Amino acid sequence: MVKTGDKIETRNLNVYYGNFHALKNVSLKIPERKVTALIGPSGCGKTTFLRCINRMIELTDGARVSGEVLLDGMNIYDKDVDVIALRRRIGMVFQQPNPFPMSIYENVAYGPKIHGVRDKRKLDEIVKESLERAALWDEVKDKLHENALKLSGGQQQRLCIARALAVEPEVILFDEPCASLDPISTAKIEALIRELSRDYTIVIVTHNMHQAARVSDYTAFFMLGELIECGSTPQIFEKPRDKRTEAYITGRFG
Amino acid sequence: MMPLRGRGGAAVREKFIEALIFTSAPIVVLIFVAILAYIFANGARVITLEFLLSTPRLAGMEGGIFPMIVGSVYVVAVCMLFAVPLGVGAAIYLAEYASENIITSTIRFFIDCLAGVPSIVIGLFGLTFLVHFLKLGYSILAAGIALAFMILPWTVRVSEEAIKAVPRSYREASLALGATKWTTIRRVVLKSAMPGIVTGVLLGLGRAIGETAVLLLTLGSAASAFIPTSPLDSAGTLPVLLYVLATQGNTADAYARACGVALVLLAMFLVVNIFALYVRNRYIKRYEGL
Repeated sequence: MVKTGDKIETRNLNVYYGNFHALKNVSLKIPERKVTALIGPSGCGKTTFLRCINRMIELTDGARVSGEVLLDGMNIYDKDVDVIALRRRIGMVFQQPNPFPMSIYENVAYGPKIHGVRDKRKLDEIVKESLERAALWDEVKDKLHENALKLSGGQQQRLCIARALAVEPEVILFDEPCASLDPISTAKIEALIRELSRDYTIVIVTHNMHQAARVSDYTAFFMLGELIECGSTPQIFEKPRDKRTEAYITGRFG
Repeated sequence: MMPLRGRGGAAVREKFIEALIFTSAPIVVLIFVAILAYIFANGARVITLEFLLSTPRLAGMEGGIFPMIVGSVYVVAVCMLFAVPLGVGAAIYLAEYASENIITSTIRFFIDCLAGVPSIVIGLFGLTFLVHFLKLGYSILAAGIALAFMILPWTVRVSEEAIKAVPRSYREASLALGATKWTTIRRVVLKSAMPGIVTGVLLGLGRAIGETAVLLLTLGSAASAFIPTSPLDSAGTLPVLLYVLATQGNTADAYARACGVALVLLAMFLVVNIFALYVRNRYIKRYEGL
């Protein structure tokens, strides 16, 4: 395995929701062009952690962040960081598929358009390429101008992935992307995530330990707002160092 | 022991109440149909092309009502020009920018109060403030602004509800793609809320068309033979003409003409409502694809 650098690193990351200390001193390195899975019981802070990476956490009323999140060595919480530019580099796919109530084409073209791409031919090209990368092109190429909400849940989620890819991010955050999907759609998304990890750094929050084992290279286990353990996925699942990790992955709680 | 067979008193009462409830809906429909039929029966005979397209003579007792149709449309257009941007702007502020605190609940309280102010009071304000103090005179501009005050609360609240009904997930998706807040509002939120906003605006428009008290105090002249052009012109409108015909005519002929005016007013109302329905369905088809 070729050793790659770390794309993202958090240092002493803390998040408070009002008086509730949701994330406690989390320091974690996320390697480039790998899939890192965040697992742990409900309310352990894994989604909070994910939302810190593209500063979506700031949309939550009363959330307060301290510590550092470094993207290519630069702290994204520095005062002069442009959150717009940051979110172009770090895409996100949500738990519920959330395509806009527009056509399939418009959904994918939305990102490039708001970032200033006007040329129709260029947009067509981006839409096609993004849909191909999201393994959706063959299913939708004849109905690009139909409403995206007509697609099945799994297709909608792949459309959301295509939409995220269209702005050419470097990192893609997945927040339980298969939580509302059937097993066949889930398998497709998982295969896609593996495929995408050749070009993108991927962080995925999942409730499903089997999913973490299937798709990820590295796994981080969170509990009660703390990072308990992280390491390569085989190591975490086969030789967990911490008793709590072992208890969780063997299904004793959670 | 309770007998199991036979209908007890309770069952009879139940039937009676059901019967009452089941007849109330048809009665509502019947009332509406009765009003329409009455207006139609009395007014239809005065509706001619001349009535619709010529200017009035003898204080509206003869001739047509064309200037009043123009006046009504003109006043409502000016009203919309003020009410829509202001109302939708306030709605966007309340729904998207303001956090829930004492200030926003105060704003909402005042908006709700404004909705409850009798239209004659708004008319009085229009007369003293707009017509006299701001020296707009009895004019379409003064009347349009006063009418805008009247329908503003509805425009704001309906638009706000429509904006709030847009799922948070749409906003998050847009922001996560690097859109600014305003881009997100403009390209995603308003687009999704559009059917609701349009419906709200058109309902306001419907109210504005029929409003009389405000216009009586801010616009003047009932049966104007003069077709208004400038927003500073005075003008006749359909509701005011109707009021004058009905209160000062005192002849069967005047009542018939009043009913004719009412019929035209109702037709305009109907057009607005059908248009609202059309716009709504078109948006639903386009954005929900069902």
